[in-house]
Amino acid sequence: MTEILRLENVGKQFGGIHAVNNVSFSLEEGEIIGLIGPNGAGKTTLVNLITGVHPLSSGKVIFAGEDVSRQQAFQAARRGLARTFQIVQPFPKMTVLENVAAGAMFGGGSTSVQEAMVLAREELEFVGLAHVADTAASSLALPNRKRLELAKSLAMRPKVLLLDEVNAGLNATEIDGALDLIRKIAARGVTILIIEHLMKVVLSISQRILVLHHGELIAQGDPRTVIEDPQVVEAYLGSKFAARVKAESHHA
Amino acid sequence: MKQLLCFGAFALWVAMIAATPLLADNYTIRIAISVSMFSVMAVSWNFIGGFTGYPSFSTAAFFGIGCYAGAIAQRNGVPLVLAWMFATILVAVFAALLGAIILRLKGHYFAIGSIAIVELTRLITSSWGSLTGGGDGLNVPLLQGNPQEVAGLVLYVMLGILVLAFVTSVYVDRSRLGFGLKCISQNEDAANMVGVNTTAFKIVAYTLSAVFCGAVGAVYASWVGYIDPTDSFSILLTLKVPVMVLLGGAGTLLGPILGTGVFILLEEIFWANFLEWNRAILGGIIVFLIFFLPNGLLKIQYLQLYAAVSRKLSIGSSKSGAGS
Amino acid sequence: MDILQILLNGIVLGSLYACIAIGFSLVWGVLNIINMLHGSFIILGGYLTFFAWQYSGMNPVVILPIIAIILFGLGYGLQYFFINKVVMAPVLTTLTLTFGLDMILYNLMTVLFTATPRRVTLDLGTLSVGDLYLPIDRLLGMGLALLLTAILFLVMRASKIGRAIVAVRMDRQAATLMGIRVNHVYAITFGIGALMAGAAGAIFSMVFPITTNLTGTFLGKAFVICVIGGLGSVPGALIGGIALGMIESIAGYTIGPQNATTVGFVLMLILLVVRPTGIAGVKGYE
Repeated sequence: MTEILRLENVGKQFGGIHAVNNVSFSLEEGEIIGLIGPNGAGKTTLVNLITGVHPLSSGKVIFAGEDVSRQQAFQAARRGLARTFQIVQPFPKMTVLENVAAGAMFGGGSTSVQEAMVLAREELEFVGLAHVADTAASSLALPNRKRLELAKSLAMRPKVLLLDEVNAGLNATEIDGALDLIRKIAARGVTILIIEHLMKVVLSISQRILVLHHGELIAQGDPRTVIEDPQVVEAYLGSKFAARVKAESHHA
Repeated sequence: MKQLLCFGAFALWVAMIAATPLLADNYTIRIAISVSMFSVMAVSWNFIGGFTGYPSFSTAAFFGIGCYAGAIAQRNGVPLVLAWMFATILVAVFAALLGAIILRLKGHYFAIGSIAIVELTRLITSSWGSLTGGGDGLNVPLLQGNPQEVAGLVLYVMLGILVLAFVTSVYVDRSRLGFGLKCISQNEDAANMVGVNTTAFKIVAYTLSAVFCGAVGAVYASWVGYIDPTDSFSILLTLKVPVMVLLGGAGTLLGPILGTGVFILLEEIFWANFLEWNRAILGGIIVFLIFFLPNGLLKIQYLQLYAAVSRKLSIGSSKSGAGS
Repeated sequence: MDILQILLNGIVLGSLYACIAIGFSLVWGVLNIINMLHGSFIILGGYLTFFAWQYSGMNPVVILPIIAIILFGLGYGLQYFFINKVVMAPVLTTLTLTFGLDMILYNLMTVLFTATPRRVTLDLGTLSVGDLYLPIDRLLGMGLALLLTAILFLVMRASKIGRAIVAVRMDRQAATLMGIRVNHVYAITFGIGALMAGAAGAIFSMVFPITTNLTGTFLGKAFVICVIGGLGSVPGALIGGIALGMIESIAGYTIGPQNATTVGFVLMLILLVVRPTGIAGVKGYE
């Protein structure tokens, strides 16, 4: 496997507070990685650092062998580093199709509006939103907005997709649907970093897990090993939960 | 179909204006020039205020710099057309540089900043007496020919610039650029995230909102033969132009042109009949516009309106019928 | 000229400037509205003071509170019946609306009062200490301006309505849930803005000749001061006002009075881009 994204000692301070501190890890092409940690651990900040929303205070981000530490958000998008938002960000007055076309046009490098529209329609098929292509984005309900967000990111032809809490606010059935979709995306060869609160979800989908706590990476590796890591149990899971997960995995 | 209708309407309008020197008196030609000139500025403002959604109030700065650049170039021996072109280019460069600075601001701060630019350019022009003649103003070399010919020439030049500005706006509307600008107007952060170079796009939109204003400014200066800072960098002008666009429909292709036409027509009527209260009446129109036509004339659902009115009327007539 | 004299002039001018800008800053900070009527409010206050003084012969210091209350009523009504309807709309809408209203008010004033410069002449003489000279009417104006500023500061800090305004500014929805009548509070805020403008105009009419041609100038000063001092706070406007008074006084002496205003605008643009929260840097209303 080849490495697609690497962080070297990445740090970010907001007025003296270390939001992210000395984080290093790398993603292999095609894998699905879970990023977990308690609220305020710096997960979203980390995504913002990778995608150029905030400038780094220290360290380096290497994407496909290129140092992209000083990139701006739009450059990240064009390079193939796409992300979704915890709070979805559609263009409310545009149609669903136009929203996705925007991704194809600017992030995906379509040369004409027509080409972007064609590509956008394919992605809408893929995420299952083709039937609402011509309605206004603002009229969609939450699960479909999340799908729209995914379609928009996919239209950008990403190499790496950072998913920030795509399942937040969804019910169990909707989550299952979303997970299927994420697996389908991974099958297209897209590397996925998924931020997720629900441990079950993370464990079922990730090949590796990173644990962030107070801005520092306290553990990374195989899901089973990570959740047994005493530090992770202490900081995040709580001993009860760890025991339950362990029991469940024994039964299985 | 809709597009065809749009172009047809525009072509018809231009033809009507272009016909005025053949058919009408000097007063009407003057109005035609004024309509063309303000239409250019309205179409220009639409790039930044309509497509991009930035509340820009710097139109008068671009217009004023255009006036002065053209006038000063001519006074220094530059031939007429070259002087106009010089003014246009200068304004474009000015807007691009300025845009790089003030487009970092958003919302209220951008609005205030863009108005301040008008004040600042006016103040600088007033105090830079050696170049601009200061508060006394500047005489501009007169155009050759009798008044009729001059008015005709000015009208056709203004109309030419209008066609150019309109074609540019049609092109932008259909292109990647326009798409990106519309993304910015709805959610700038999200636009950035999908790969729109928002800074560059905004600067282009701001420059487009300036360049044609510079051109009509220079032509205007040649037409009137005398310019002064208060007249050239007028706050009234800088606010009137967005109002015209809002009246027609911001972000649409024909809206700015329709709005300008209606606005100037009303203005002329009020000038002629209520000279003393002219300004208050225009203020009243603005208040009316904000409350009753927030999306402009083009976006009214005319068919529904017609249906509603005819229903009302038929109820009214059947009632009166029953009564008699 | 003596440096002390320049600074003294700056402080006097600056106190008056602070008084001009406080109402504008309050309205911007709380209602999120750039009030294009502000300049006309100031001139209206000035003209009304002049005519009241001319016809009744009363002391303008007594007239001032009456004028201020009239302006409050005008401001309250405008906000309650008009601006409240679009208060949540984007700046383009609200700014355009207040501009339209301003055109009406401005026109009314030019027709009723004409543009003739008017001034309340008090003939109080000049105070001189050593080399320093100060006309006593200016001293009076400065005193009144600072007094008004202090009163507004206390009102915002300590009164029930002041706290309600702060609450609405911080969180409109929460304030509604707490039973605050937001529309009423907005109207009061705008009324206070107009009141301060009217009072500033009354003070100005005792110190300088005023005319309707000055509405734009006053509005421009309010812009500059708000950006220098930061939005929506009484101390911010005071700092901004005095800073601008000083800057103009010094610039007037060093590079000529015709350039003094320009310097203010340049500074404002630089600050806007570099530090949009203003020198004082206060974001919340206190």
